[in-house]
Parts: sequence; C-alpha cells; structure tokens
Amino acid sequence: MDKLLEIKDLQVTFKTYAATVQAVRGVNLTVNKRETLAIVGESGSGKSVTSKAIMGLIPNPPGKITGGEILFEGTDLTKLSERKMQKYRGNEISMIFQDPMTSLNPTMTIGKQIAEGLRKHQGLSKSEARKRAVQLLDLVGIPNPQVRVKQYPHEFSGGMRQRVVIAIALACNPKLLIADEPTTALDVTIQAQILDLMKDLQAKMDTAIILITHDLGVVANMAHRVAVMYGGKIVETGTVDEIFYRPKHPYTWGLLSSMPKLHTRQSELLAIPGTPPDLANPPKGCPFAARCPHAMKVCTEFMPDYSDVSDTQQVACWLQDERAPKVEPPETIGVGGRTR
Amino acid sequence: MSVVNDNITLDMFQPAQISADESDRISAPSIGFWKDAWLRLRKNKAAVVGLFFIVLIVIMAIVAPMLSKYGIDDQDVVNRQNLYPRIPGLEWLGFDGKDSTGMDTYELNGVKQNFWFGTDELGRDIWVRVWAGTRISLIIALIASIGDCLIGVAYGGISAYYGGLVDNVMQRVIEILAGIPNLVLIILFILWLGGGMTSIILALIISGWIGMARIVRGQVLKLKNQEFVLASRTLGSSDQRIIWKHLIPNVLGQIIITLMFTIPGAIFFEAFLSFIGLGIPAPAASLGSLNQAGFENLQIYPYMALFPALILSILMISFNLLADGLRDAFDPRMRK
Amino acid sequence: MARYIAGRIGYLIITLFIIASFTFLLMQLLPGSPFNSEKLTADQIQILKHEYNLDDPIPIQFIHYIGGMLHGDFGVSFTYDGRPVSDLIVHRIGPSATIGFEAVVFGTIVGLLLGIIAALKRNTYIDYLAMFIAVLGISIPSFVFAGLLQYYIGVKLEWLPIAFWGGFKFHIMPAFSLAVGVIANIARFMRTEMLDVLGQDYIVTATAKGLSKASVIFKHSVRNAMIPIVTILGPMVVGIMTGSLVIEQIFAIPGIGDQFVNSITKRDYPMIMGTTLLFSILFLVVILIVDILYGVIDPRIRLGGGRKS
Repeated sequence: MDKLLEIKDLQVTFKTYAATVQAVRGVNLTVNKRETLAIVGESGSGKSVTSKAIMGLIPNPPGKITGGEILFEGTDLTKLSERKMQKYRGNEISMIFQDPMTSLNPTMTIGKQIAEGLRKHQGLSKSEARKRAVQLLDLVGIPNPQVRVKQYPHEFSGGMRQRVVIAIALACNPKLLIADEPTTALDVTIQAQILDLMKDLQAKMDTAIILITHDLGVVANMAHRVAVMYGGKIVETGTVDEIFYRPKHPYTWGLLSSMPKLHTRQSELLAIPGTPPDLANPPKGCPFAARCPHAMKVCTEFMPDYSDVSDTQQVACWLQDERAPKVEPPETIGVGGRTR
Repeated sequence: MSVVNDNITLDMFQPAQISADESDRISAPSIGFWKDAWLRLRKNKAAVVGLFFIVLIVIMAIVAPMLSKYGIDDQDVVNRQNLYPRIPGLEWLGFDGKDSTGMDTYELNGVKQNFWFGTDELGRDIWVRVWAGTRISLIIALIASIGDCLIGVAYGGISAYYGGLVDNVMQRVIEILAGIPNLVLIILFILWLGGGMTSIILALIISGWIGMARIVRGQVLKLKNQEFVLASRTLGSSDQRIIWKHLIPNVLGQIIITLMFTIPGAIFFEAFLSFIGLGIPAPAASLGSLNQAGFENLQIYPYMALFPALILSILMISFNLLADGLRDAFDPRMRK
Repeated sequence: MARYIAGRIGYLIITLFIIASFTFLLMQLLPGSPFNSEKLTADQIQILKHEYNLDDPIPIQFIHYIGGMLHGDFGVSFTYDGRPVSDLIVHRIGPSATIGFEAVVFGTIVGLLLGIIAALKRNTYIDYLAMFIAVLGISIPSFVFAGLLQYYIGVKLEWLPIAFWGGFKFHIMPAFSLAVGVIANIARFMRTEMLDVLGQDYIVTATAKGLSKASVIFKHSVRNAMIPIVTILGPMVVGIMTGSLVIEQIFAIPGIGDQFVNSITKRDYPMIMGTTLLFSILFLVVILIVDILYGVIDPRIRLGGGRKS
C-alpha cells in the first residue's frame, strides 16, 4: 500500500505559566492512501494535538513542534513556511471539527464559506465557486441546495451543519481528511448518518481519513487500522481486527473492557482506575504504569520499545519482553464485542 | 531503536503494585471566593499601583488641609499674589518659583516661605485648596456612588425578585429613563435645585442608579436559574446557604466592580459641572472648580492648572486601574 | 422587524414627551425670570411677559410649548435679542457637527486599529502599551487633554491656532481632544471582542481551509468583532456632546456647546430647554439607529426574528 502520510517521532510541547506540558512525546504513525486510521484514547492523550500538528494548527505560542517529521507524500510539513502550508490546508489535507454549532462563521453565508477554499486553492471565479458549492451541498445530502447556499449557519440543524462542515472540508478533493471527534456533539441517530456519509464520500473521492475518537463503536464501524494513544505516546497499533480481537496492551484491554456490551449482562461498567499522567512531569517509564494492573518495576523506570506482534500490529509494553511473566487479557474485553 | 540496556535486570520484571493514589490527590487547597479574588488582585500590578495612589490621595485630602497654617480662603493680594510653585529639592523640575521670564516671584514679593503648588490671584495657597478640593470631590463621588448603589440594588433586586408584572413595569420605566442622556438629566436637575454639593450629589444619583439597577437585575436573574444553584439545592443546601454562598458573592462582586467604575465617573461629572458653571460655588473649592480656574489662567499662569489637573487625572486613572483589576479578579473564569 | 421598529419609535416619542414636560415644568419652577432686572418697571415686565405669552395659564402655555415644538419652534431666546431658539441652534450647529463628526471618524478608525493590534499581539508589550494608552484616554478628562494641547502646541510651540474657528487647522486640536475618549473606549471594546472571536472554533475552521492570515483576520475575525461595536455608539455620542460643551469653551468655538454653556450662565431658559431637547433627540435617534443597524448587520438577529438578550 502507498504511504500518504508518515509521522516520525513527533513531539509537541505547550508552555503554560506553571510548566511546559509535553502533549505529544514521540509519535510514529503511517496513513496509507484511501484507508481510515482511527486514533483512540482518552482526553489529554495527545490525539487532537497530533492531528492539529499535521494541519499546522498548533497555536504558537504557547504550542510548538519541538521535534520529529510529518511527511506528507514525502514533504516534511513541519519545515514548511506558513505561506506554503496554506497550500496544503483545505486543499491536500482538510479537517472537520467536533462541534458543528461553533465551527461555522455565524455571519457569513454557507455558500461563501464553502466557496472561500475553492477560490483560494482552485482559483475559481465567484460564480464558478458558487455553482460548485451548490454541487457540494447536494453531495453531502442537503436538500434544496440552491436555496440553502444563501442561508446562514443558524438556519441549519446540528446534523445539517456538520454536513456543511464536511462539504467545506471536501471542497477541494483532499487526499487526507482529519475528523476530530466528528460525531461527539451530535444526537445518536444523526451520528450514524454522518458516519455513513463519510464512508460513502470516502469511497467516492478516494480520501484517506484520520478519525480521532474515544468511541470504540465508531472505530469498529469506520476504521481499517487503529492507533491507541496514551500519555502523549502511541501504545499500540494494529488493524481493527487485531485491536478488537487480539489486543496486547493492558491499556487497550482497559479501553475494551470499559465499553458497554449488548450481549452480556453487566451490573456496572468497568472503569480504568486512576487518572492519566501529568504531562507537565511525564513519567520516566511507561505512562500507563501507574494505572496498569500488571505493572512491574521496569515499567516505571524505562519506556518499553515497540515490538512487532504481526506485520501490522505493534505494541509498546514490557509484557512482550521474554523475561516478563505471561499475562492473559481479561475476559471483560469481550472478544467479539463489535457492535456491527 | 532497540534498547540494549544493562540496567534492566531480571528482578525488575516482578509485578509491582504502584500506588495510583498519588495522581488522584488534589494538588492545591481550596481557597474561598474573597481570598482568591484578593490574591488575584494583588498579582495585578496596575491595580495595586492604583490602590496605592487612591490611598495616598485620600490620606492627603484628609490630612494636608489640617496641617497647613492657611485656610482654603485665606487671601492676601498684597504680599503673595500669583506666586509660582517652589518645592525645595525639585527646583530642577521647574518648581523654583520663577515665572516664564525667569523672575523669582518670591523675591519680588519678599516672601520667605515656600508655596509648593504656588498661590492664586487672590494669594490663596493652592496646596491647601487642591487637597481640600480633592476632599470635596471625593466626598461627592463617594456619596453619589453609594446612593446609586442603594437605589440600584433595591430597584434591580425587587424587579428581579418579584418578576412578572412588577418586573415588566419597572423595566419599562427604566427603558424610558435610559433614553434621557445623563448630561441632560444632570444639567436640568442642577438648574432646578441650584448649585452646591447636595444638588450635585442628588443629580449624580438620579442619573446614575439605572446602570446599577440593570446590572443587579441581570445578575440576580442569571444566578437564580443557573445550574450550580440548582445543583446546590439538589444537594440539600438551605436557602440561607445558597444566598450567602452563591448569590451574594457573585452579585456583590459585580456591585463592587460597578461601584468602582461609578466613582471616577462621578468625579469626572463634578469637574465637568464646574466647567460649565454649575459646580461648587466660590469660595469653596473642588477639583472641578480648581481646574476651571486654572484653565482660565492657562496662558498666563499655567501652574494653576497643573496641579488640579494632575491630581484629577491620577485619581481617575487609579480608580479605573483598580476597577479593571477588580473586574478581572472577580471574574471566576480567570481562576487558574 | 417592522413591529419592533414601530414599538421603538413609540418609546422614543414617550421619552421625548416626558423630557419636554419636564423641561417645561422646570421653566415654571425655576427661580428668577429673565425680566427680573431692576431697571424694568412692573408695567414693562408685564408687557414683556405678554409679548412672550408668559401671562397665559400654565396648561395653555404647555400646549403652546408642545405644539410649537412639533413645528420646530422652541420659543425665543431671552438673551439673543429675542431670536428664535431654533434659528440660533441651526446657526451654531455647523462647527459642533464638524468637530463631532471628525472626532467620531478619527477616533473610531484609530480605536479599531489599536484594539485589533492589541488583540493580535495579546500579552506582549505592544498590547500592554495599547491598553495603557486606552486607560489614560478613558481616565483623563478631555478638558485636561485640551488644556495640554492648547498650552504646548498652541501657546508654546505655536504650531496650531490656540483657539477660534476657521479652516481645518482650527479643527485639529478640538477634534483630537474629543476623539481621545472615543479612541480609548473603542480600542478596549474592540480588543475584548477580537479576543473573543479569535478564540472561536470557526476561526480554526477558516484557518484549516488554507486561507491566508490576512483573510482570517479581516474577513472572519474583524468583521464579526466589529458588529457589537455599534452598541457603544449611543454612549459615544453622549460622550461627544458632553465633551463638546467644555472643548468648545476652551477653544472658543462658536458651536452649540459653547452657546449652551453661555445660556446656562445667563439662565436663558428657552435656549437651555431647546438645546436639551436637541441633545435628547440626537441621543434617542442614535440609539434607535444602532438597534436597527444591529439587526441589519447581524444575520442571527435579522433572520432569527428574536433579539439576543
């Protein structure tokens, strides 16, 4: 498969008044053409920061990419000037955001907001861009696009707004679409519609998608591959089957266990005890050690290396070391617990 | 990137229970609303400087006229008319008692002692008049602001508390009153009541309470329906506790901020009224009347305008800085 | 929308009526009359009173007064040789309107720029400097600025005329003195609004489209931040009116403010009342325009029907 995006040892820090927070600490990722990669993890694990880094949207100050490379078709995006980066944003790489209620400019018509990117990147005239905007609205399933194109965001419902946001993102046929929790703020019934729309458009437009979410149901529905992030690092990657059926990292086990299941009667949801590490003072060793039920002394001292479980699955855990005791994943991960 | 690390020994692969309690601890002790606000205000350098100058000016306004041997209306046109300011140690700044032609006004009149701010055309000591005037201006501003506050809190509170028809009627009244420019209201009232301190204070209150009433009403209405109040009620807090722990601190913060913005407004209006001939009648002095007298003599005796304008400006800046600081300090969103 | 505007105009008329009644009442209550001079005999006063219709019963006078007002007749001045108040106001409005307009335009432009720059450079020394200038502008009364300018630029440096009315050179100092407060208020307001807008998600969306920084700042941020600025137009106009009374006196400008102050000193009540009403009408019309304008430029209000509270 062709590599579209390759992230090598990415590091991002934020300076606050009190401390320097190392939000992303050496992330390696690959996204192939036309595939969907899901990045999962809890709040503060660094998944949103990673996606913003790809877009060059880390606010500086306080944020800064302090190391690593982001290679998009061989070009290192971190080295590009702001002006050159603008040619990628919205053109080669686009992004959709979490909250459609706030991610559209309230005082500009929908049509203008879609047309802006088209005029900038494809040099369309005003009327051409307007025509294309109508087509795009139609494409994302907004009825009556001729009329809607002249309306303002407050005249759209949440789900419809997210469709508009998707239309803006896909306006210039980007090769990569980053979706940062695209359905979190929507009603459950609307969620499914939006996910179906994204899948449908991906097939039509041959776009690769990075899907950032903490909803494993969405992952199972959408993704080809999964990267699990914790404490600013990727702790495990693999195909969706590998992560759901043969997970190796205790954190992945915990994530899967905490997912509610339909076919088993559970009196309560299983939570992972403890809280994520303070990334202003990141732990020396494995970030999950403090919450890991299988933690060993070595875990607190040294960060484990990635070991290959298969061609497609890597995991960073000392349990993979031959010297470590053999630990079986808990039954609560509910193998086969995929929602679809 | 394979690690060849000799430090990793076999015994490190024994399961170890690592306490998670550490990360769960809340790192800072909880701080009360007022203390927190005070701590944040103290960090705001501009506000502290403002507070310092306000305290300094208030002390001078109280003490300076008492310590001087001259009264505010002690005239002497023969011996000490139009003396330029002379401050020992500050001669290099131009406070050397010499006029624009370089003549020493003290030598000409045979005056031995120093008048720090100089004397006016009637030979009155400007130092005494400036501080006594500051006192009058401060008293006017303070009483007017407290008056605003009392009427505004009562009106706004009643309007918000009763709601419904009462609120509706009271708000329509406010809407009509708010349509009358302050300037017009104040001038008409003073024309009616005549000059003097009381009428200035009354005029300022009559035009000033509306802002406070609106803020109090808005705050009370907002807080009444806010989720933390509901949450607190759900948790079984008594009305007393809700009022004292939630409503009062939040509303009081807003009231103090508004009060702090009202005071400089009142000081300005007092000065303004003197300028258009509706201020404190002579021989009493206020910052406004002193400024006005100074400006009349600006081209011949510029020093007469200097000190009243300086004190007035410092006072206004200080109150605004303090008010800005308080606004930031009371804004819970600023809490880190 | 039409209903809303009609309602607002209704309020405007009620407010004006209340102000007019109040001013009329004041004229009756006020001590002293323009004819209290000792040189006049009782008969002469009576004749004068008759001439000015002051011997009618008070309700009749009130009806005359309100009726006259509706025809633009505010009575005659006691001091300016019995000339009609409206004539005098029209005669004097030019200079006041000119410097007021210049101050608003100059102050708004400079204030907006200062606020935008401060917001874009927030928490840098540029921001601190801009906001310090704004605090000075808000705090220091305009007459102090006027005095400083007049003394240093007019008297000492002799760059500009000290006072009086003439060509553009004569406008600069008074208009600038009036503009200082406008600059300060707009700069502070704009900075807050800009910071608010810059923190909105749609700014990230705009950046993520690949728009240039200039596009994001001007098309998305400044445009939206400027909408609420119209709400301070009302207070700004009052500020300019207040300032003009003092500034016109200091710079001896033959405008309405100067005339108003003179009529206060001379207790020329018809003149005071006429000017007062003029100021009130001006203020009310401005806030009415602002409210309508707000609905026009903010699509959320225009099409949503309801108003943001």
